[in-house]
Amino acid sequence: MSRLIPHLETQNLSAYYGATKAIEDVSIIIPRNQITVIIGPSGCGKTTLLKCLNRFIELEEHARVEGKVLLNGEDIYSPLIDVTEVRKKSGLLAQRPYPLPMSIFDNVAYGMRIHGLCSRRELAQKVQYYLQVAGLWEEVKDRLHAPASQLSIGQQQRLCLARGLAVEPEIILGDEPTSALDPISAQHIEQRLIELKQQYTVVLVSHILRQARRLADYVVFMYMGKVVEAGPAQQVLNHPQHERTRAYLSGEF
Amino acid sequence: MAKWKWQNTEEKVMQVLMLLSFGLIVMSLLLILFTILSKGLPALSWEMISQTPKGGFYFGKEGGILNAIVGSLYLALGGTFIAFLFGFPLALLLNIYSSKTAWADLVRLSLDILWGVPSIVYGAFGFTVMIFLGWKASLLGGILTLALLELPIMTRAMDEVIRRVPPELPRAAYALGSTNSETAFFVITRQVLPGLATAVLLAFGRGIGDAASVLFTAGYTDRIPDSLFSPVASLPLAVFFQLGTPFPEVQQRAYAAALILTLTVLGISIFSRGISYFLGRHSIR
Repeated sequence: MSRLIPHLETQNLSAYYGATKAIEDVSIIIPRNQITVIIGPSGCGKTTLLKCLNRFIELEEHARVEGKVLLNGEDIYSPLIDVTEVRKKSGLLAQRPYPLPMSIFDNVAYGMRIHGLCSRRELAQKVQYYLQVAGLWEEVKDRLHAPASQLSIGQQQRLCLARGLAVEPEIILGDEPTSALDPISAQHIEQRLIELKQQYTVVLVSHILRQARRLADYVVFMYMGKVVEAGPAQQVLNHPQHERTRAYLSGEF
Repeated sequence: MAKWKWQNTEEKVMQVLMLLSFGLIVMSLLLILFTILSKGLPALSWEMISQTPKGGFYFGKEGGILNAIVGSLYLALGGTFIAFLFGFPLALLLNIYSSKTAWADLVRLSLDILWGVPSIVYGAFGFTVMIFLGWKASLLGGILTLALLELPIMTRAMDEVIRRVPPELPRAAYALGSTNSETAFFVITRQVLPGLATAVLLAFGRGIGDAASVLFTAGYTDRIPDSLFSPVASLPLAVFFQLGTPFPEVQQRAYAAALILTLTVLGISIFSRGISYFLGRHSIR
């Protein structure tokens, strides 16, 4: 087994919505170039943890974060860090894809344009490249300037993937990115994610155990806002150390 | 026969009430159209819309109301433009930077109150300010007063449209590392373009049809203004002055002027519907 190099690391991370504690004292690592899947029953704080990783938690009302999230060893909650830089470094796939209100082409070009990532001449080439990486190019190459809203929901999710990759992130965050998709589209997305871990670190929230088994290299199991067990997928899914993990894996709750 | 149920009766009563109110609205619209068409159409001529008033126009002599048509367009376009310059950024500000703050609520409340202020008050206010500045009745005075009148309408209409944007959309933009202003101008604005067009049109319609606010501030003249500081005529005042004469043929021309005003608003309305449809083709539903 290869050595785990942490890409992201949380240290004593807690998050609150008003007076409610959503996650408590989470200290985990997210290994580089692997797929980390966060599992656990609904309401256990999986999504909150994910939102802490790109400072999306700040968009919630009355949300408060304690502790640290280190990206390449640097605390993303440090006042010296620009929040847009943090978010640029991580691509996000939401539960339901939300294309931007523009054409397919502009959806992918948007991020490159606002960050000035490439020249006008390279733009078309890059858009094609990222659409190819997301496995959407063949389906849309003849209608790049059609509204993105005309795509099927599965295609929209791949467009969101392409759009996220185009800002050259290091990490891809997915909040149950296949839950709104049909099985074929879900398979498409899973396939892409497996390919992408060569270059990116992937963090997924999933409530589907079979999906975790298919994709995960590293697993974080959460229960009631706390991390019960985290480690390589082999170990956590096949030889869980904790009673709760065992109970969850055997479908008891 | 089915068992009698109170809910079914209630349903029927509501249906009848809705039909009645629908009928009332359509009837009033048709009656207004019928009145201005039947009285105005005979007086409507090419001369009416292509000439300024000649001597003795208000006694039934030759000429037209081109001065008022052009004047109204100048006034309403200018007022709408200035209202947009302030209203649009304000509506974005209310939603992006401070949507749920007490400050935003206070601004919304103020705008709602301003919306309800009668236009003659705006006219009097504009007039007072102009006297203070030593201005005479002028195109600029009229434009600024109309801008004041239109601002709350346009801003609140835009505010409501922007408020209905699903929160996932700005989030998608933030996830790509957009700043607030990039999200506001490139993403939210594109999503709500049709709604913005409607808001602008609503304000424009209010501005072009208003007589009281321009009565003191813009004045009235038989000529087409050649500078921002000349007085300017407007269609609502053309209607008002011509209806006030004792001559039936001049009164008829008032209806023709009203018809022109209605057709102008209708034309712009249809045009902007088309634009809205075009602008909205990328909106996410």
